[in-house]
Amino acid sequence: MKSNKIYSYWLLLPALLIYALLFLYPTVVSFFFGFTRWTLTEWEWIGFENFRMFFEEPSLMIGFKNTFIFAFLTAGLKVVVGIFLAVILTSKLKTKRFVRSTIFFPVLVSTIAVGITFSVLMHPSEGLINVVLGMIGIDGPDWLGNPNLAIYSVALVDVWKGLGIATVILIAGMMSIPNDYYEAIQIDGGNKWNAFVHITLPLSRPAINTVVMLALIGGLRTFDLVWAMTGGGPGFSSDLIASIIYKQYQAGFYGLSTAGNVLLFLIVAIIVYPIFRFLNRKEVDL
Amino acid sequence: MKLFSRKALIAIFAALLLLLLAACGSGDSDSDSNETSGDSEDPITLSFLIDNQTVTDGLEAVAEDIEEKFNIQTEFELRPGGTEGDNIVKTRLATDEMTDIMWYNSGSLFQALNPEEHFLDLSGEAFMDRVTDDFKEAVTVGEGVYGVPGESTFAGGWMYNVKVYEELGLEVPTTWDELLANNDKIKEAGKVPVIASFKDTWTSQVILLGDYYNVHSVDPEFADKFTNNEAKFASTPIALAGFEKLQDLQDHGHYNDEETATSYEDAIEMLATGEAAHYPMLTTTLQAINDRFPDQVNDIGFFGQPSDDPDNHGATIWIPATLAVNANSENADAAKQWLEYFVSEEGQETYMANMKAYGPYALHDVELPDDAYTAVKDMMEYQDAGKTAPALEFLSPLKGPNLEQITVEVGLGMVPPEEGADKYDRDVERQAKQLQIEGW
Repeated sequence: MKSNKIYSYWLLLPALLIYALLFLYPTVVSFFFGFTRWTLTEWEWIGFENFRMFFEEPSLMIGFKNTFIFAFLTAGLKVVVGIFLAVILTSKLKTKRFVRSTIFFPVLVSTIAVGITFSVLMHPSEGLINVVLGMIGIDGPDWLGNPNLAIYSVALVDVWKGLGIATVILIAGMMSIPNDYYEAIQIDGGNKWNAFVHITLPLSRPAINTVVMLALIGGLRTFDLVWAMTGGGPGFSSDLIASIIYKQYQAGFYGLSTAGNVLLFLIVAIIVYPIFRFLNRKEVDL
Repeated sequence: MKLFSRKALIAIFAALLLLLLAACGSGDSDSDSNETSGDSEDPITLSFLIDNQTVTDGLEAVAEDIEEKFNIQTEFELRPGGTEGDNIVKTRLATDEMTDIMWYNSGSLFQALNPEEHFLDLSGEAFMDRVTDDFKEAVTVGEGVYGVPGESTFAGGWMYNVKVYEELGLEVPTTWDELLANNDKIKEAGKVPVIASFKDTWTSQVILLGDYYNVHSVDPEFADKFTNNEAKFASTPIALAGFEKLQDLQDHGHYNDEETATSYEDAIEMLATGEAAHYPMLTTTLQAINDRFPDQVNDIGFFGQPSDDPDNHGATIWIPATLAVNANSENADAAKQWLEYFVSEEGQETYMANMKAYGPYALHDVELPDDAYTAVKDMMEYQDAGKTAPALEFLSPLKGPNLEQITVEVGLGMVPPEEGADKYDRDVERQAKQLQIEGW
């Protein structure tokens, strides 16, 4: 028994080594460099100066606002639309295999490629989206050029791209619900809607929680899609915390951008941990 | 017990295998470079890092010459331009993986690289006598001079379509109001007066940066005061004027529609085909226009960004990008030989045979050929009249990294010019603190 236990730790060792070397070590070190003026070769301890400067960043408030809008909007839409699709795709639909793969397909495409493709599709006059809208008489907006709209356009694309994963996780959750429960509710005279509200929803809670957590964390630290589609623009109107940090890094402010990353890490942790606790408490055991 | 140890062995073996794989990855490239530099019979191969937006026809032709004459091969490595490229350069310098020769902006961007540490001081070389003092200044740090000009000087201002001007009977404006009046007439004629290509955000800066002649000619001390934290854009009316002009054009409706969806490439086409009349841009664009619209390139003229005084109408000049030699290069001598040939009369002849200038050369005794672009001839008039000034980034080490986003904001009318200027001042402040410039 005892040797069995040790043996399992041995198997963990390679992964643990890689994890420590590539994730733990940089995380710890970044906490240190966040307090320095750093040129990659030399550093100088400057205390909380970087953090003060980071909070003075003029576009920071826009960044915070956009990050929260983006994270909660995409997480919400992915869950709601995902549940809807998962219910359809666990029913006795004939083409469900085909539809499943269609929905999953965007996950396989690189984010940057998705971003570039959609920025072409969303061109105000020549883009496919507005051309099609024009055919049915709607004057489409300037999806990415309108400062008030840009972040929402990007969020929609993110939902399109991330929906596949959410749906697959939810399908897995729903398939693991034993049929007995559905039989029971039928005997009690419940209809499809009752079955959905009282059985499917509560019992796929673990899957829903997973999707919420993944989407939320992913949303809070999103960067690549925004960068490929708007570069944070027009002006600073679609900047996220992560894109602000990246721009500081590009400018060669390595200490400052590291401080920003430390803050982002703390913010994500502070937001996600209570939600995680809250969601887990409500889980129902099967 | 025996079973356990065997499995443990397998686990360790697997871990070792992973390490081995990782080691192999970097080992390959090492053995490659050893092969080429180890054998003295083989030609020396110099690596050369350059951004992918610069046209390299001239450089490549010179490199071929050099291979024939000195048995030195050149391997061009491409990197992205703009801030992304800066990042790559900085990272490669910091990790000591820079190529033998490097192409980079001169001026404030170059000085931010800490040249004393990373590049070879060329001040003692005889061939540096051929380089103009204006250029040397832009690559000098302390006592050392760290580069030679890699291209011709260029100007930033207004590229205009001469045919449109002739068609509408317009004259080159010497004041900002005349320019606005021209724009109104162009708009009436159903053409786009001014192209805003804000999809490529860097292009939005030219109206502000190209206005620097107007600042410099009135207050030549501005650059020093700006560097020493004594002058700000927001509180200096002549400097603020650059931001105001950006907004002015938006207020008058002189930009094209869909500014943020219009790219640099789109803009070139609009200007060359006469769909639009003006494009505030750098004259380096001529090379790109020549590539895509060779028959139209001489329909494009140039004038400096006007201000209020018709007698003081000049142009803002950009110092050429520089070629610098990696201080830690194993082939430093060959790299120096490369530069020496490049700036020599012979080298420049090859260069000019393959590449047309977008402005005067930063080398002594190298004259512009008669078949220079129309716009370059326009630019030379300012040069010959002494009505030019370098852009601010060549007079001060400070250039805020967020300028291109701020100029887009002001250009689109999202924020007023005063607020944009104030934002930029704060952006500069952060950079000055990072660079630890005195007085901040």
